[in-house]
Amino acid sequence: MSMKVIVDLQACQGYACCMMEAPAVFDLDESAGKAILLQETPTDDLRAQVDSAARVCPARAITVENG
Amino acid sequence: MRRVVVVGASLAAVHAIEGLRDHGYAGEIVLIGAEPHLPYDRPPLSKEALHQGPEVDKVHLRAPEWYADAGVELRLGRRATALDPARRIVVLDDGTPEEYDGMVLATGSTPKTLSTLGDVGPVNILRTVDDAVALHGQLIPGRHLVVLGAGFIGLEVAATASEMGLDVSVVELAPVPLTRVLGDEVGQWFRTHQEAHGVQLHCGSVLDGIDPGAGGSKIRLHNGTVLSADLVVAGVGVTPATGWLEGSGVRLADGVVCDKSLRTSVPGVVAAGDVTRWYNALFDEEMRVEQWTNAVEQGRHAAASLLGADEAYTPVPYFWSDQFNAKMRFVGRANAAEQVHVERMDDTSMVALFGRDGVLRGALCVNAARRLAQYSRAIRDQVPWGDVVEP
Repeated sequence: MSMKVIVDLQACQGYACCMMEAPAVFDLDESAGKAILLQETPTDDLRAQVDSAARVCPARAITVENG
Repeated sequence: MRRVVVVGASLAAVHAIEGLRDHGYAGEIVLIGAEPHLPYDRPPLSKEALHQGPEVDKVHLRAPEWYADAGVELRLGRRATALDPARRIVVLDDGTPEEYDGMVLATGSTPKTLSTLGDVGPVNILRTVDDAVALHGQLIPGRHLVVLGAGFIGLEVAATASEMGLDVSVVELAPVPLTRVLGDEVGQWFRTHQEAHGVQLHCGSVLDGIDPGAGGSKIRLHNGTVLSADLVVAGVGVTPATGWLEGSGVRLADGVVCDKSLRTSVPGVVAAGDVTRWYNALFDEEMRVEQWTNAVEQGRHAAASLLGADEAYTPVPYFWSDQFNAKMRFVGRANAAEQVHVERMDDTSMVALFGRDGVLRGALCVNAARRLAQYSRAIRDQVPWGDVVEP
């Protein structure tokens, strides 16, 4: 089962929690104070990290869809 | 296990419930909450929700149907008043006994009040969404607000009210705000930042008393200063909401005392969130963390422990504060730091590192959050202080 990651940049407040949980999937644009999605469809070995990132996002800006 | 009772309709509670279901628990779940509301998000209550006027359905952590889908029976507007571990019963304030096989304690914190000062008239506190609604209604441009306590909540309320056009003064006992947590140099940055936006700080000020009057209150400081306030907000800290557990057999000591996996002294009872005191081996420290991210992770971890897992809970704590245009993010621990190293500091940004026992333990970034991931990893790996701080 593959996953698709969606970041709501409107909601994102640059907390950086996502990049601490899943650095291969999320980065941060410091001048904009917004997350950067590095890969939209990460491989399944990153699932636990991506799920954690979505869970600890204070802005609840991350959605993980199962494809 | 057939019946889990979660006490406290909190962030930790939501994640404990989610954790129970994700880990395959299929039995009953009962959620008890003292407030009439479904669990909601507190951080916005001193920031954007306070500015805009909080609406409870906008700060809900989960939509109402989530609880039905997760098979959660709600007992909202009901306070737990006693726990009887021998009979495995928790008693509610209407006398109803709820039986449990497993229990999650997630009752959070209660704000401290100024009761030692006697009759101080109307002083607002900010903890619940109802508090935020009441406070929002009084934040009228041109009014003078006095905030008692320059902690994070106090400074956030000061910033929000100032942005709404109020004239804001903050009274703080310590000579520098946040100094107990972050040290003088970092605290001074926040003071300057607040003052640059027009907030007046009265630091090193002992509060002698508040005289309520028809047209507002007079705030008397020990140095003779008298501040006139149209409204007063006290942000003087919180205490863990454990009063109802006195005498129950659950071991208490400034919170609920837990083992490394968040189990309390009573079988079948775990704790999560602000109330939990546990040993975090990563920092070699018994700690209690009153922060959002901890409530999420601890709720989930406590659920796994309740279902039989034995893993130690060893997080690197994270918290944030937004004041005007300063987005402060912090990882790790700053308490009892032996070294504080300010790596970068200007009008709009800052990076500061906190060390103890020769290792990096904490890092603070203002408008510079990209570094956090690197520091968080260094704290987890217990990287020597000398390797992080360039000479």
